[in-house]
Amino acid sequence: MLEMPARPRGVELIRTEGLTKHFRLGGFLSRRYLHGVDDINLSIHEDEIVALVGESGSGKSTIARLIARVYTPTAGEIFHRGRTLSSIRSHRDVLEYRGDVPMVFQDPYGSLSPVYRVSHGITRALKLHRPDLSRQGREDEAARLLEAVGLTPALDFLGKFPYQLSGGQRQRIGFAQALACRPELILADEPVSMLDVSVRIGVLNLMATLRRRERISFLYITHDIASARYVADRLLVMYAGQVAESGPVEDVLAHPKHPYTQLLLSAVPDPRAPISLPATGEVQEPPRVIDPGEGCRFRSRCPYAIEECGRVTPKLRLLRPAHEAACHVATSDLEVPRVDEGATVR
Amino acid sequence: MIATATRPLLEIKDLSVDYLTDRGAVRAVDRVSLEVQRGEFLGVVGESGCGKSTLLYSIARLLTPPAEIASGDIWFDGHDLVSMSDSELRHYRWKQYSVVMQSAMNALNPVMNIGEQLRDAFDAHQRFTGRQITARSEELLRIVGIDPVHLRSYPHQLSGGMRQRAMIAMALAFTPELVIMDEPTSALDVVAQRSLMLKIKQLQREFGFATIFVTHDMSLVSHFSDRLAVMYAGQIVEIGETARLFAEPKHPYTVGLMRSFPSIRGELQPLAGIPGSPPDLARPPAGCRFHPRCPKVMDRCHMEEPEFYAEEGDLIRCFLFDSDA
Repeated sequence: MLEMPARPRGVELIRTEGLTKHFRLGGFLSRRYLHGVDDINLSIHEDEIVALVGESGSGKSTIARLIARVYTPTAGEIFHRGRTLSSIRSHRDVLEYRGDVPMVFQDPYGSLSPVYRVSHGITRALKLHRPDLSRQGREDEAARLLEAVGLTPALDFLGKFPYQLSGGQRQRIGFAQALACRPELILADEPVSMLDVSVRIGVLNLMATLRRRERISFLYITHDIASARYVADRLLVMYAGQVAESGPVEDVLAHPKHPYTQLLLSAVPDPRAPISLPATGEVQEPPRVIDPGEGCRFRSRCPYAIEECGRVTPKLRLLRPAHEAACHVATSDLEVPRVDEGATVR
Repeated sequence: MIATATRPLLEIKDLSVDYLTDRGAVRAVDRVSLEVQRGEFLGVVGESGCGKSTLLYSIARLLTPPAEIASGDIWFDGHDLVSMSDSELRHYRWKQYSVVMQSAMNALNPVMNIGEQLRDAFDAHQRFTGRQITARSEELLRIVGIDPVHLRSYPHQLSGGMRQRAMIAMALAFTPELVIMDEPTSALDVVAQRSLMLKIKQLQREFGFATIFVTHDMSLVSHFSDRLAVMYAGQIVEIGETARLFAEPKHPYTVGLMRSFPSIRGELQPLAGIPGSPPDLARPPAGCRFHPRCPKVMDRCHMEEPEFYAEEGDLIRCFLFDSDA
């Protein structure tokens, strides 16, 4: 039961060590800090889709922006193929990194300039990142990219303006622009949350196809755990700026170890689930993490909290193969299970 | 009393709503008919631009130009809402029916605290003494699960879930017969969303009001609504009992919608969604409006527009269910 067919992992593309970002609140002299993310250790490998799931404000977009070099970390380091991001300084190296790890944004209505044709954004990316291509080469490549994201006939789409496109088509343009850089990893920040329900799945399928055909990895950021299950290999559940749980998607869903993951899973509306309406509808909301002290950030909402949770910040512990959770109470399945464990979390 | 109990609380007949634009009228709601019984929870689902919010605003008589009701009737408890003057409407709005908007941050006044906003509503609709208003306001917040100390809080001091609860408290101020809700949970996280849905259902059972709940997420209402109306391109394409509709969706659009969202349970299945995207309502397709995206399209779908066909008590706007064919 514990045998997890470990997929042979490719080269590690991105690794973060103790990645931390604090934002100062208020004015210049303010000493209050919002902890965007604290002590994040994650890795993304070649040919892998990693999903980052959490509520709004849990820090998932902050992680993407740190990896994209939009923010500078307060502490910790990001490694790209073993090289620290802080050592990438020259214009050429920065450009190359941005081409290797581009971003696709949440809002396809705000992320495309309304005054340019579709061809503009793609050709521009090709000029910047693929200087070897001739003019004709760029045109051919732009058409190929549109076909790769499912916009056919490509020549029709190249001449269109964003207002002539639907939300799903716009988001595909976003992916085509990212593809133009010949990326190894695309940071996709809630790429489907603003799309209509009937076209969302098409964009998720596109991510899966791009991984399969072009061998591109994804960091897929979402609040929708079901869509994460649909495309991702691994799942990281964020809570209040920290990773609460991480592991292979199916294993986390089948055996959620962190009480927050359990709460999240129980809240997902699912018509296919048996109808169960718990008597209590009272759950608190996640905290804004301003100058937190020691202790588990979930403890005030946690039904299993013990005294230790108020004193010691839990660290991620390996509880199942490749599956970690940051919880003092969660039990490990790696040892021989004891009988009568009492108040344990399963 | 007995006579009113048998009549539906809300009866909409062939309602059409147009947006008057430079290019001509765009029909956002096209010949919609539905009934809501007392105490019933009706879900209305559809994608953006399908007319679900416009439908809701026309029921509440909150349409503003360029939108206007082109034809049709809305009967609320036997009274014709469409022809009612604004002064007559005052007796119904908020007291008999109320509306909970999608974005509480925009619907609440940012420079008034919650208590003052409730007081405003009371002053406008009922003669209450200051003490009565305070007592009722505190009671309302308690009902929706907010500590009454928040009567002194401003909207920005409340979390998203609490703001929506405050909106619901305001909607319930005069114990209306009907509460119309426009995606009240869409700005919330799943956990807060679940908690709010449970609260709404509990209040509905307790006070017996009917609810029209508009959402783009049909799984959200799956456990809460009695009946479900599915809208596409301005029309209702299927309406029926929620449980049956989920167990056995009939209209190809409903079937497609159900296959559009992955599940966290069971086998992981490849999903296809629905090819294409919803039509531009300024130029709706001829015949059945869904035919360009329909996997079961037939010849007549290109030319003829389907009527409603009944099947096991559900109504489906699709020729597949035309028994005469």
